[in-house]
Amino acid sequence: MNNNYFVDSGKLSESALKRKHELETNPSVRTNHMEYMNGMEKISSDIYDKVISQMQEYDYNKYTVSDVRRALAHDTCTVEDFKALLSPVAEPFLEEMAEKARLETQKHFGNTVYLFTPLYIANYCENYCVYCGFNCYNDIRRMKLTMEQIEHEMQIIAQSGMEEILILTGESRAKSGVEYIGEACKLARKYFRLVGIEIYPVNTDEYKYLHKCGVDYVTVFQETYDSERYEQLHLLGHKRVFPYRFEAQERALMGGMRGIACSALLGLSDFRKDALASALHVYYLQRKYPHAEISLSCPRLRPIINNDEINPLDVHEKQLCQILCAYRIFLPFCNITVSSRESESFRNGIVKICATKVSAGVSTGIGDHESKYTGKENDSAEGDEQFEINDSRSLDKMYSDMSDEGLQPVLNDYLYV
Amino acid sequence: MNDKLILGGHEFNSRFILGSGKYSLKLIEAAVRYAGAEIITLAVRRANTAESENILDYIPDGVTLLPNTSGARNADEAVRIARLARELGCGEFVKIEIMRDTKYLLPDNAETVKATEILAKEGFVVMPYMYPDLNAARDLVNAGAASVMPLASPIGSNKGLSTKDFIQILIDEIDLPIIVDAGIGRPSQACEAMEMGAAAVMSNTALATAGDLPAMAEAFRQAVEAGRKAYLSGLGRVLTRGASPSDSLTGFLHD
Repeated sequence: MNNNYFVDSGKLSESALKRKHELETNPSVRTNHMEYMNGMEKISSDIYDKVISQMQEYDYNKYTVSDVRRALAHDTCTVEDFKALLSPVAEPFLEEMAEKARLETQKHFGNTVYLFTPLYIANYCENYCVYCGFNCYNDIRRMKLTMEQIEHEMQIIAQSGMEEILILTGESRAKSGVEYIGEACKLARKYFRLVGIEIYPVNTDEYKYLHKCGVDYVTVFQETYDSERYEQLHLLGHKRVFPYRFEAQERALMGGMRGIACSALLGLSDFRKDALASALHVYYLQRKYPHAEISLSCPRLRPIINNDEINPLDVHEKQLCQILCAYRIFLPFCNITVSSRESESFRNGIVKICATKVSAGVSTGIGDHESKYTGKENDSAEGDEQFEINDSRSLDKMYSDMSDEGLQPVLNDYLYV
Repeated sequence: MNDKLILGGHEFNSRFILGSGKYSLKLIEAAVRYAGAEIITLAVRRANTAESENILDYIPDGVTLLPNTSGARNADEAVRIARLARELGCGEFVKIEIMRDTKYLLPDNAETVKATEILAKEGFVVMPYMYPDLNAARDLVNAGAASVMPLASPIGSNKGLSTKDFIQILIDEIDLPIIVDAGIGRPSQACEAMEMGAAAVMSNTALATAGDLPAMAEAFRQAVEAGRKAYLSGLGRVLTRGASPSDSLTGFLHD
């Protein structure tokens, strides 16, 4: 079972097409994904080995019903307990897991749920990641917003009442450099109480610079923690370098960021192993940097422009729910974000169990907030989306829906100090 | 009987301090009313929000605000948050919370002493949240604190008085109101703290996670009042094991 990721655009030149096919079919033409490229900072960290070795050793079929029962009975969930809760044998215990997860969520977060929105400012990309709508061989409308356009987008989002923003770009240093992103973040601080970024991984001094520009949270998805699978999915560009991406969160914390988020993109590889690695990644980061605020996401694969067949394979809603309950039981204090990749009904249900943060008023396109928020025709160009979202509720709708579920929506719980 | 809780020269009749951060804004008014609370805490970081749905709008008039510095990782950050609270119109009370651990949210006593000293000098009524340590509590007294707020057990745990013996030492040795904060999960635990001689009890999660928040608020009010009354009445002797001998062991002594 696998997705067919390879789509050829008719607009590619013959040589580009040849290069693309070569990358797809002949591993020997691809660079060594374990080797740092020029300019990539190498930090000394023990977290990588701890996470990867445990993931590799994880045999989820060896766990038994009594392992799961024991895990559910423990006050403190050990790593072994967590592995049992992620295993297939725990699936029939989903309701009990949800009950325990809900209790932990209530203890640490009460009945609050945080709301935020992403803002994509550019979709140029230098990577060929086969599952992503922004990949450099995909024929989409590319765009990079000017500072004026960014400010306009921010005004529209701020008017909707949103107070937390996550700024995203495609991964192109050439088109959207660190300084460009920094300037956008400075603007964001004018309109929002909290600014996070989800951009290509950068070095510690660059995170330090972005922190000065007003960024306090850094999200980097590892996509998959299985290095071999990673190599087959990220065929070209700086994103190919597996360990440099892995160490991004640690560099961000070293650069003074207050919080970080990790995740695998579920559906790319063995989801149980990826879920284990994602949680261990934040677990060891928090042990090493106890002041760091940590967060987990749980994106599943979605269809993209020019490939509407892409899907999360064996990670159905039930499996996703199991993963999220296990995350909560293992890391009771961790924020869990569920994005608009998931359906309205799933998000309404999961916030009552273990998710603490949901996005609203989402667009993964470029420069289209005015047309999407107000229905007004946009005279200027718009850039295409990274993936198809599932839950398109506006902030107002999300706010009232969450309230109706008995939850207190929180737009801001943050101070720059 | 005139039994007031006095904090920084201000008098309060209620000895139950209410948290506000973990439940719906719409329930705050009812919680205050049923708990009979005169002081309510709020996170400055939560209050620092836009006009719509500001927690400040939900707190009834006449209730004293106790802004807290949650989110601060050191004294410097706590001081800045406290000053911001004053600018936001939250009054002169401040609860210092300094945590540099996002997992257990345990307070950093050393940094808390530093922040207390600075803010007390600036005229704040400083109520520091702390890990119950006698030496640190004495430092807080010298730094100008208006009360000392030791934790009963990890925040949000609802585990009750895990640190009972150490809180008792603070009650016995410190001449400031000792307000038990964090970890109080049931009215019976609040009552127990009050029987020990705590000046007040604070709770948030216990109410937030209750099935019926106003009813639980009322139960806490009654428990705190009962515990206070028991403390003031002078608790009777409680035998721990067996009965006491009817004949005195030293009855043979004649001169």
